[in-house]
Amino acid sequence: MKTMKSLLAAALAGGQMFLAQAAMAAGTVEAAEKQATNMHAIIMFIIFVGVTLVITYWAAKRTKTAKDFYAAGGGITGLQNGLAIAGDYMSAASFLGISSAVYASGYDGLIFSVGWLVGWPVILFLLAERLRNLGKYTFADVATFRLAQGPVRTLAATAALTVVIFYLIGQMVGAGQLIKLLFGLDFMYAVMIVGALMIVYVTFGGMVATTWVQIIKACLLLGGATFMALGVMAHFGFSFEAMFTKAVEVHPKHLAIMSPGTMVSDPIDAISLGMTLMFGTAGLPHILMRFFTVPDAKAARSSVFYATGFIGYFYILTFIIGFGAITMVLTDPQYLDAVKGGINLRGGNNMAAPLLAHAIGGDLFFGFISAVAFATILAVVSGLTLAGASAISHDLYASVIAHGRASESTEVMVSKMASIALGIIAVALGIVFEKLNVAFIVALTFSVAASGPFPVLVMSMFWRGLTTRGAVIGGIIGLVSSVGMVVLSKAVWVQSFHFPHEVFPWAYPTLFSMPLSFVGCWLFSILDNSPRAAAERALFDEQEIRSETGLGSEGAASH
Amino acid sequence: MSQVHSNSKAYAHIRNNPKFRELVSKRESFAYTLSALIMVIYYGFVLLVAYGKSFLGQPLVQGSLMTVGFPIGVGVIVSSVLLTGIYVRRANTEFDELNRQIIEESR
Repeated sequence: MKTMKSLLAAALAGGQMFLAQAAMAAGTVEAAEKQATNMHAIIMFIIFVGVTLVITYWAAKRTKTAKDFYAAGGGITGLQNGLAIAGDYMSAASFLGISSAVYASGYDGLIFSVGWLVGWPVILFLLAERLRNLGKYTFADVATFRLAQGPVRTLAATAALTVVIFYLIGQMVGAGQLIKLLFGLDFMYAVMIVGALMIVYVTFGGMVATTWVQIIKACLLLGGATFMALGVMAHFGFSFEAMFTKAVEVHPKHLAIMSPGTMVSDPIDAISLGMTLMFGTAGLPHILMRFFTVPDAKAARSSVFYATGFIGYFYILTFIIGFGAITMVLTDPQYLDAVKGGINLRGGNNMAAPLLAHAIGGDLFFGFISAVAFATILAVVSGLTLAGASAISHDLYASVIAHGRASESTEVMVSKMASIALGIIAVALGIVFEKLNVAFIVALTFSVAASGPFPVLVMSMFWRGLTTRGAVIGGIIGLVSSVGMVVLSKAVWVQSFHFPHEVFPWAYPTLFSMPLSFVGCWLFSILDNSPRAAAERALFDEQEIRSETGLGSEGAASH
Repeated sequence: MSQVHSNSKAYAHIRNNPKFRELVSKRESFAYTLSALIMVIYYGFVLLVAYGKSFLGQPLVQGSLMTVGFPIGVGVIVSSVLLTGIYVRRANTEFDELNRQIIEESR
């Protein structure tokens, strides 16, 4: 029993560490040392910023209505939206984190790639078309199609803001660490540059600018990663066997890198992690919001197909890049941390991909990949900020506070002010949490998304019986239980609060909190015999017709 | 909500159109089947990683370093893309055509 427990603890610590690595952009746990100023990277990043600012200027002139601001006028094509979704989703975390996880333990890195992709088919089969047909600017539009505006929008906005703020903290801290490493800039300046640029993109360019920043970044990232993977494969004469032979020979774990290791040992944690990644993706507000930028359900579904293809392709590349780092970075002493020894990399353990870029293409390509990593963070935080600002202006302000009587221009103005406020909050939290171990943040973000917004959204779309009372209580149960269980888990309770033992024994709460939320929605709906509940159930017929046929849904803007 | 009521005549027509029920049941059963499939594939993979380490770790062919785990892991990624492709294909042709007829007949 005792060995079981210690094994479990070891597995958990392993999983935690991996998630930290795979999820955070830079090695936030270990304080990143500042590197020499990287001129190539800075020049290329300035070019990227220049191009995106020109696009923002162009977008600002086209952003006149609320629909332009929130949903790019509904005029984004399926392919463009697919690229933008991929841009939103392929964070620096997946690029640097997964390739570093592969570098550190080989096969185990693939487990995260797979988990991060399988949410997409679920989004397509269950949500994408219905979101497009029922919604307008935020996912709360869908849930409030037949439920009461005030309580359900308040709940949805709270859930969206919780996810956005936690996600932003993770991205900002990761961004600061990464930029310190790659560019040799101070943490504080790095975080402030990211904050200032994202405020400019979102407030001036709205969804049009945000979408194009995502698209450009996705193309740069896919191009850079393809070039790197080709460089690795060319080095081995395009033979996987030759690459694996070298990797097994030079890696201290030798043959163990070719099969799953200790990362996933406890089945409960494994399943819970899987559910967190799969359903968390389907509850992220900045991802859900992307489905309102396309003209119809057909474009919504094709955008998921393109996104899944791009993201899947990218994750296969990160895997080759990780093995490339084992064979080409680990073997070169100039890239290794001489003090720490072993496989530790100069500048921290998330540096596998940038250092491999240096090994393949010298200073210039290292600079390019560094600039792409910076651009990646910038694009992701812009999408998050817009989603958070929309929850504040469209859900809380326009519907709850002004009861639908706010003018469009006031609503957009509130949204812009909310973007500025969120940007300042994100910078401040990034600076406050610089030294904190934020490893639990990703578990928290995805768990909250899977346990709060996702069940309410699915129930409102598919179950006639859902009532306002059920949705609100079920949603609150999901939010509170997921946050509570993460707080009581080892990552926060022991590592941040320094209690001797964790109360919740697993790292990921989703296996418990998500079903709790579904049961809450169901139970408090069937117990609801109010006249309002009867009216809400009766409206399901109309909702279903619009949801399935698209009749009466928001069309594309006419200009 | 006002939008819903302005369309109420068309809505009533659609509700009574057997093609609408056909569309909903066909699309839902297809979507549920594919969702179940991706979950079986993915959670099967997760359980294999937890319990079948030695299976995943055996060489793909005698003497190779490539293990069984690689094509299986990449296979999960490829099957995700394939399943979305299969759904989009059927939705673009069969479901959209049915949908077009339903809307046409409601006018």
